[in-house]
Amino acid sequence: MPDGAYNYAYLDEQTKRMIRRAILKAVAVPGYQVPFGGREMPLPYGWGTGGIQVTAAIIGQDDTLKVIDQGADDTTNAVSIRRFFARVADVDTTTRTEEATIIQTRHRVPETPLQEGQILVFQVPIPEPLRMLEPRETETRTLHALSEYGVMQVSLYESIARHGRIAKTYNYPVLVNGRYMMSPSPIPKFDNPKLDRNPALQLYGAGREKRIYAVPPYTPVKSLDFDDHPFEIETWEQCCALCGSKASFLDEMIVDDEGQRLFVCSDTDYCEERRK
Amino acid sequence: MTDLARGLADPAHDAQRLFRAVLDGFSHPGRIVALPQAPAGVGPLSAAATAFVLTLVDRDTPLWLAPAFDRDAVRDFVRFHTGAPIVAREAEALFALLTPDRAATLDGFAIGSDPYPDRSATLIVEVPSLSTGPERFLRGPGIQSRTTARVDGLPDSFWSEWKANNALFPCGVDVVLTACSELLALPRGIVVEA
Repeated sequence: MPDGAYNYAYLDEQTKRMIRRAILKAVAVPGYQVPFGGREMPLPYGWGTGGIQVTAAIIGQDDTLKVIDQGADDTTNAVSIRRFFARVADVDTTTRTEEATIIQTRHRVPETPLQEGQILVFQVPIPEPLRMLEPRETETRTLHALSEYGVMQVSLYESIARHGRIAKTYNYPVLVNGRYMMSPSPIPKFDNPKLDRNPALQLYGAGREKRIYAVPPYTPVKSLDFDDHPFEIETWEQCCALCGSKASFLDEMIVDDEGQRLFVCSDTDYCEERRK
Repeated sequence: MTDLARGLADPAHDAQRLFRAVLDGFSHPGRIVALPQAPAGVGPLSAAATAFVLTLVDRDTPLWLAPAFDRDAVRDFVRFHTGAPIVAREAEALFALLTPDRAATLDGFAIGSDPYPDRSATLIVEVPSLSTGPERFLRGPGIQSRTTARVDGLPDSFWSEWKANNALFPCGVDVVLTACSELLALPRGIVVEA
């Protein structure tokens, strides 16, 4: 039952309209970070306040919600957000990727390919991909306006000079539709290819920084690289110890006091389905 | 005021359903989206345009009305249900309701700036039909390769204006074409060819 003390989906209608307008602008200008009037949410910054506000603005009683944290449906962040929406928005929840109409995610894209009509909502800590290279908002805004992204190419080049390869493994910068550089949120670079021309709509919400951005369905998303150092994703020598998958992103786990290690799928739904 | 048309029967849920339909339209430009349980159109406005206004316009978003829509029935309806200021100058509006003839030129509306392309207007253009006009091909974000649209009733100059608007990207206006209870979105990044 929804909690009668609050408006449907927690946010008031005026706030939802404001966020909805920001989402439409974000979809119209793919990869551009639209400022919005972020609200205080009943959980701390860093726990997905941006993603929750985006989800609250789009969710309805006909939706089926899935929430994942690092690919898992059963971790604290995922469980509490799922329960939050079950309570304030009266929605069905699921752990099955195929059944979900909205998937809110922290740090992963599901292994199961998404379908047209699904919406993937990312929780974003730092929306500005250039922030670590240029701390001034006025400057990064100008760089985006001019599509001037040399500073990031130099950063990747320095990584090659130092390590012999691009050492960045997560939050790997992408170029959306050949125009805006975008932070894909701290997903492993393993997931970057899944953003490219995905049939689902991708919405990104940053609560502390109060930015919303989007990638419409079928939109090209290119991971930055060099001709002689092409973009590569992580690979493992092991396969998943539970389901045997060789194609999924694996987490390394220490399972006893003797340092025994196990590699298992980070995507719990994918792993469970394969074991059925 | 006694004959003021009704707004959304169930504001939270109706607005959510309508917004998702609009979002679906923006995510898939050129696709005709039916608005679920759209309220009846007010005065000369279609049900779709009325629903769009009730879903997204409020006191924070100045609205501009084309002369054909600038009537008491529309003004009273907008003021009562949304609280939006109705502005006389196009440049001040964040949303605008247009007739096809007014869409012959897109000049005068806010297009945003290179650092802030989101500070631009969204134009709702009422057309007779979204499916019986001349065939045009659309490309851009949200479209898998190419799609066709058959919007009827727009002057030819709208499409040359659209080309100029598209060239402004990331600036530019976004257009929503409405007829009966259906809409078709044309975000600024969409390339249209005859």
